Amino acid sequence: MSDILDMTAVELSAAIRAGKTTAVEAVEAALARIEERDQEFNCYVTVSRDKALAQAKQVQAAIEAGELTGPLAGVPVAIKDNMCTEGLLTTCSSRILGNFVPAYTAEAVLRLEKAGAVILGKTNMDEFAMGSTTETSAYGETKNPWNPAHVPGGSSGGSAAAVAAGECFYALGSDTGGSIRQPASFCGVVGMKPTYGTVSRYGLIAYGSSLDQIGPLARNVTDCAAILEAIAGHDHKDSTSVAREDTDFTAALVEDVKGIRIGIPNDYFGEGLNEEVRGAVLQAAGVLEERGAIVERFDLSLVDYAIPAYYTIAAAEASSNLERFDGIKYGYRTPEYHGLHNMYKKSRSEGFGEEVKRRIMLGSFVLSSGYYDAYYLKALKVKALIKKAFDEAFARYDVILGPVAPTTAPKLGESLADPIQMYLGDIYTIAVNLAGLPGISIPCGRDAEGLPIGLQLIGDSFREKKLIQTAYTYEKARGAFPLALAE
Amino acid sequence: MANVISDETIEYVGILAKLELSDEEKEQAKKDMGRMLDYIDKLGELDTEGVEPMSHVFPVQNVFREDVVTNSDTREQLLSNAPEQKDGMFVVPKTFD
Repeated sequence: MSDILDMTAVELSAAIRAGKTTAVEAVEAALARIEERDQEFNCYVTVSRDKALAQAKQVQAAIEAGELTGPLAGVPVAIKDNMCTEGLLTTCSSRILGNFVPAYTAEAVLRLEKAGAVILGKTNMDEFAMGSTTETSAYGETKNPWNPAHVPGGSSGGSAAAVAAGECFYALGSDTGGSIRQPASFCGVVGMKPTYGTVSRYGLIAYGSSLDQIGPLARNVTDCAAILEAIAGHDHKDSTSVAREDTDFTAALVEDVKGIRIGIPNDYFGEGLNEEVRGAVLQAAGVLEERGAIVERFDLSLVDYAIPAYYTIAAAEASSNLERFDGIKYGYRTPEYHGLHNMYKKSRSEGFGEEVKRRIMLGSFVLSSGYYDAYYLKALKVKALIKKAFDEAFARYDVILGPVAPTTAPKLGESLADPIQMYLGDIYTIAVNLAGLPGISIPCGRDAEGLPIGLQLIGDSFREKKLIQTAYTYEKARGAFPLALAE
Repeated sequence: MANVISDETIEYVGILAKLELSDEEKEQAKKDMGRMLDYIDKLGELDTEGVEPMSHVFPVQNVFREDVVTNSDTREQLLSNAPEQKDGMFVVPKTFD
C-alpha cells in the first residue's frame, strides 16, 4: 500500500482498525522512508528498527483482538530525545548522555504506548533543548526538509522535520520557550504547547522546569487534538501536574468561529517582522474574520521584557537541573582526573557543549549571592507582570493571534555566531511559557523561497479547546497544506 | 558594555557551575556574560515595587503523598548506566588523600 505515508495519524489508525492495512505495514513504510531520507535530513539520533517492528506486531495483535480501539492505535511515532524510553538510548543530543539507557519510560510516552503507538526512534534536538535551530546537537544538525540549506528550527527540530519529511506520522516535542511551535512553523507542520501542567513531565529530562511542557507535532489539527487527548492527564509522579477534567480535546474539532473574539497584539507586528510573514499572518486573521470571528487590534505590552526575563529564569533553572550530570550515576566520565572535584569539572566541561555551558554559567551567576535579588528575583517579578498582561488580554479575547517567529527558517550556520540575536527570534513564543499558556502553530503560507510560515494562536490557561476549534476552522478554510517534498 | 565581568567573577562562577574553562573559553565567557547581563538589565526599566515574585503560574501549594514505595527494584538497570560500579554500588573517586 504505497499511499500509507500520505495519511494523517488518525486516518492511518482508522485504516489499520478497518483492516485495510496493518501496524506492521505502517512501521515498515516509515522505516523505509527513514532509510531513504534520514541520511540527508538527520531527524533521528536513534532509529529503533527491531523494537519498532516487534512492537508493531504486538499492537497489531491487540487491535485484532479488539483490545486497542483508540484513534492512534497502530500509528508509528517519533519521540524527542529528551524523553526517557526504557531500554532505548536517550541522549538529549548531548555528549554527556551519549550512552544513557533509561530504566523507565516518560509518562507521556507510556500514555502513547497504551494508546497503541509504535515508537520509531528518538529525534534530534538542540543539546538539552537549548537552542532555536537544532544546530547545538552533539550529533550533527538536522536539515529542513523544505530546503536542506536551512535549519528546521529548534529545539524540537528533529521532531518537526521528521513529520515534515514523512519520516513518522507524528512526533512528541517539548516546549520551554517555543521549542515545539517554532520548528513546527519552520517545517510547515502543526505543533501545540499545552497549558503548563497538562502533560506530565515525569521522564522528561529537565531544562527549565517551571516552563517545560511536552506536546504534539503533527500533520494537522485533528491529529494534534487526538495526540494531546492521549497524553494529557494528572500524574502523581509530577508534582506540578494539574488535575483537569476537560481533556476530551477532540470534542473541540468543530468548524465554527462565529463570535470568537480574537485579539491581535500590535506589539507582535512591529520592527523586525518579515513582510511576507506579516502578510500571511494577517491574511489568516482575515480568513477567520470572514467566518464570523470578531478580530481586533490591541496593545499587549511588556513584549520586549519577555526575552530577558525568560533567559534569566531558564538559565537559573538549567544551572540547577544540570547539576545532576556529575559523571557518577550515568553518562560521561572523563578518562583522566585527580580527585572527585576535578572529575566533576572535567566530565562536565568535556561533556557539555558551548551553548549549554553558556547557560549554566549565566544561571549560576544570576543565582549567586549578591546577584540573586537583582537578576533572578527581578525576573520572577517581571514574569508576574507578564502573566497579568495576558490575564487582562484574556478578559477581552478568547484567542490571541500573531506570528510564531519573525522570519521563516534561517540558513544553516547563520544563527549561532550571535546568541542574543538568536534569542530575539523567540520574541513571540517565549511569553507564552512564562505565563503557562497554551499555544498552537499552524502553517499559513509560504515565502518567496517556498519556506513555510506559521500562524500562532495563544489561549488562556486551560482553554486549549478554543485554540483547537479556531485552528481547526482556519485549517478547513485554508485547505490542505502539503508536507515537504510532496510536490 | 556596561557589565564588565572580572577574572575573579568568572573563576567564582566556574566553581559554582562546576565547569573548567580554558583561558580562551574564559575570555569568551566574560564577553558573553557581559552582553547577556547588559541585555537583562533592561528589566530594570520596569517598576516592580510591591510585585510578588511568581515562581509558579498557578496557585499550587506543596503536594504531599504517602511515603510508600511504588516502583520496582531496578538497581541493576540503574547501575548499568554508571561509569564505574562495584558490589551494587556507584564507585566515586577518592575524596581524601
